[in-house]
Parts: sequence; C-alpha cells; structure tokens
Amino acid sequence: MKFAVIVFPGSNCDIDCYKAVEQTIGQPVDYVWQTATDLSAYDAIIVPGGFSYGDYLRSGAIAQFAPVMAEVVKAAEAGKYVLGICNGFQILTEARLLPGALRRNKNLKFRCHSALLEVVNNETPFTNEYSKGEIIDVPIAHGEGNYYCDETTLAQLKANNQIVFRYVAGANPNGSVEDIAGICNEKGNVVGMMPHPERAVDKLLGSEDGKRMFTSILNVWREQHGAAVNS
Amino acid sequence: MKATVYVTIKQNVLDPQGAAVEGALHSMGFQEVGKVRIGKYLEFELDTTDRLEAEQRVTLMCEKLLANTVIEDYRFELEG
Repeated sequence: MKFAVIVFPGSNCDIDCYKAVEQTIGQPVDYVWQTATDLSAYDAIIVPGGFSYGDYLRSGAIAQFAPVMAEVVKAAEAGKYVLGICNGFQILTEARLLPGALRRNKNLKFRCHSALLEVVNNETPFTNEYSKGEIIDVPIAHGEGNYYCDETTLAQLKANNQIVFRYVAGANPNGSVEDIAGICNEKGNVVGMMPHPERAVDKLLGSEDGKRMFTSILNVWREQHGAAVNS
Repeated sequence: MKATVYVTIKQNVLDPQGAAVEGALHSMGFQEVGKVRIGKYLEFELDTTDRLEAEQRVTLMCEKLLANTVIEDYRFELEG
C-alpha cells in the first residue's frame, strides 16, 4: 500500500505524517510537492497540518487551488483514502471534499494540548480498529478548528453517520458545532479531523491512540486487495 | 476599473473576534456598541471597461476564492 503526504509551502506536519506511516505500518510513503499532477500511484493521500500559504485570506483558501488538489479530488472520487489533518482538514473543506468550514476558535486561543475524543463512527476505513464510543487521547494544535455547518448539513452528517470524532462532553476546546472534531464524506473514504493522530503513535509522545488510524487503513486496503496480512 | 470587496462572517455564524472586540469596547465605556462583526476588505484594479463583465468576474472571484460562502457573505463596489 502506497501513501502520499502532500506538501504545500507552509506545511509543517508533513514529516510527522511520513514518519507515522513508516513507524506504524511500515508502508512505502512519499512526500508529494503541491505542484504534482499525478497521484495515480498512491492508494492513500494524507493532507498534513501546518499553515499552507501562510493561512493567507483563510486557512486552506489558497492551497485548495494548488495543482495537486485537482488530483486529490480525483482520488477521492475514485474511492481512494484521503485523510486531512488540521490544516489538511481546513483544505478539504475549502475544496468542498468535506462539508462545513472551520472558524476561529471560540475563545480566540491557539489550543495546543492533548484532547480526549469519542470515536463516534468506527466503520470508516480510518477508524475500524477502534470500538464505537471508545475514548482516545490525541493532541490538538490549532487556532481555527471551530467546526461549523448549517442545520441542514448537520442533519445530513448525523443521518449518514458522518461524524467520526467528537471531543468528549465538557471538553470542547474550540466551540465546534456538536463537539465535532472530525467528519467524513458520504462514502466514508475522505476523513478530515482537527486532532493529530500522527503525533500520537508512540507512548513516548504521550499517547499511542492515533496508531490505529494507520493500522485501520492498512487492514481495509489489504482486505480489498486480497493481500495476506503481514505481507 | 477599481473593485472594492467586503467579506464578512454571516450574521447567523459566530464571529469570536467580533465578540472580543465588542467586549473590549464595552469595558472601555462604549456601552452603546452592539453586534460587532469583523470582516475583510480587499481592493484591486480590473483591466476592463465593461461593467457587466466586471460584475460577473468579481462575483466569480468572490464565490471561488475571496469568500467561503459556507460561513461568509460578500459584497463589492466597482468604480471607474
């Protein structure tokens, strides 16, 4: 299984994502610069965190028009796995691959600490190794993670089981609608989340609860491709 | 032709910066202030004299890039 980590000017979690893929599942992974025009070699695409294009205008506003994004859209439509983390989530919403938008945190603070999340949907390719309702510890680091969508969209998200992660009750760090921390598209192959699973892949980092996002996706891919486990 | 674009957070969407500025103004004694909204102001030149075309093009720019219509409204003025 081959992973791409997209790199924009201003990305700063690309190395963490690359290392997380290497260390958790040992699969081939490449950095792919934002001008790339072919992602056909990749099975999964990670859009990492950071401040792409300096967050000028809005987070993700300019990055959504980088040449590689047309390929990310194509990959998403083809059913490949796309994971947007933090700024990557913002980019995916700007590109309309995911509904809603991320606003400035309600308390105006850049929140950088560990956060407890509830796994709301454990049926996505990224979360199948968690149990439904499981509480996991994954750090956040953002100033604009206050998820917003209108009532109609929220009803659709619920009806289609598209809310993947919620901050646990009473510990919403940014004011997001319904404590939403991560969502997926209707098909479930595109996930966006503000917390950083790539920063929670080893006990030395304070938590290894993010590890199973990577093992989940490899398992799904192997099932789909009939590859033997441990190959 | 000169275009002036204003982008603001939709009325029904929380504007945390606006709320903070409102709080600051109140604490300074400007009690009469309410409903503060912070937005963006952009100005640029357009190399055209066709007003209708300019309107259509600037609308496109706003829809595609300058505003995120999920949370923001925009309006613009054309001069010259």
